[in-house]
Amino acid sequence: MLKFTDEHEWLKIEGGVATVGITAYAVEQLGDLVFVELPEAGSAFAKGDTASTVESVKAASDVYCPLDGEIVESNQAIVDDPSLVNSDPQGAGWFFKLKLSDPSAVNALLDEAAYKELIA
Amino acid sequence: MDDRSPLKQTPLHALHVSLGARMVPFAGYDMPVQYPAGVLKEHLHTRTAAGLFDVSHMGQIRLTAKSGRIEDAALALEKLVPVDVLGLGEGRQRYALFTNANGGILDDLMVANRGDHLFLVVNAACKDADFAHLKTHLSDTCDLEMLEDRALIALQGPHAVSVLAELWADIATMRFMDVAEAELHDVPCIISRSGYTGEDGFEISIPAASAEDVARRILEHPDVLPIGLGARDSLRLEAGLCLYGNDIDTGTTPVEAGLQWALQKVRRGGGSREGGYPGADFILRQLSNGASRRRVGLKPEGKAPVRGGALLFATAEGGNPIGSVTSGGFGPSAEFPVAMGYVPTDLASPGTTVFAEVRGKYLAVTVTALPFVTPSYKR
Repeated sequence: MLKFTDEHEWLKIEGGVATVGITAYAVEQLGDLVFVELPEAGSAFAKGDTASTVESVKAASDVYCPLDGEIVESNQAIVDDPSLVNSDPQGAGWFFKLKLSDPSAVNALLDEAAYKELIA
Repeated sequence: MDDRSPLKQTPLHALHVSLGARMVPFAGYDMPVQYPAGVLKEHLHTRTAAGLFDVSHMGQIRLTAKSGRIEDAALALEKLVPVDVLGLGEGRQRYALFTNANGGILDDLMVANRGDHLFLVVNAACKDADFAHLKTHLSDTCDLEMLEDRALIALQGPHAVSVLAELWADIATMRFMDVAEAELHDVPCIISRSGYTGEDGFEISIPAASAEDVARRILEHPDVLPIGLGARDSLRLEAGLCLYGNDIDTGTTPVEAGLQWALQKVRRGGGSREGGYPGADFILRQLSNGASRRRVGLKPEGKAPVRGGALLFATAEGGNPIGSVTSGGFGPSAEFPVAMGYVPTDLASPGTTVFAEVRGKYLAVTVTALPFVTPSYKR
């Protein structure tokens, strides 16, 4: 199941764990990324907390935790090479995997059609 | 700046939009921050080939002595800048600074000797204040004109000279900071071999009506890409060049800013035209005794960029800040984060470690000689 937030994160949900990244639209707005800071596995975040920071050549931006949960894995590949987020934001450029405290909370997020409408 | 006032447009505005630029407000103008290639590619293209910048938002001012003598115009301007203007030869340009009564910097500018007048290029955000400042102090002896009907473009990078030599062969004989008049595509232009990227290159003043045509034709050259303000900022930062309003302002003096190279001997203590500009007492004293703080290069030890505004500390425990970062970001050519800021003079030696506060953490940054990349000016 693919869901989106109005803060331009995407979530791919499988078995109570969401793989989270930022959308192609967000990446287009940010431009070339040069630095990514990711949360450590085991850390817990509430919805809306700053879970990650990305920096383009020009500016830093926060990436918010889309739902309550615990980080179970973060993607070292984008720390080593932030341009992966630019080249494949909704694939190899994922940020972290979040074990959801309440899997039913995903229902409140946007589906793909609603997100497309948001950025249209 | 009143946020509600409509943004002004340069004569190249339609060109930027047609090239797919992302436009942002800057110094009261609607300016291109980047084009579809993106900031990284634009930056690297300028360092390896040639980049075309629209700097028409900057002010172009003509200063003419009522006597008609260029020497009188030069001596008049020397009342406002700590720089040798009288000694500036015809067809030569020099970096200068307007100072205030405390030795602070009102603006930085370029001054060219155009034979019968001085030609000044000043920052966009300061141009109205600069013009008023000049009028107030010099209008009894000089005529001043803000040239509203001219655009200004910069072609920067190692291929800039070969691109422009296809239009005017003699351009290759110009040295760094030479100024000449020539026709490019049959349009009379004022060309200086200068810029603000650390690269060899040219700034070209063009009559506004012909500016888009000249710019479009230069962009047709396969070596040239249009470059936005984003890459302009990262290029000048790597080159260790000050951005007015960030790295220098009314609260910093030329000595603190490390710009004493711009203050020639004749205007210093013991020189034949010592002092005589606003804040001379402060600046001459700092030239002899040194200043308590200094602008330095800062190289973050990690991969995280350290931005302007970050506070600097002597230790990783924080405490009282010792200074702050004035500009910072990622250096695409340096391939690491780069920054500049002010630190106490006793911590200004290259190799000293200080700590910058970024998102609540204290990151080690090394005081580093500027620039981060070696300039390729044709002296």
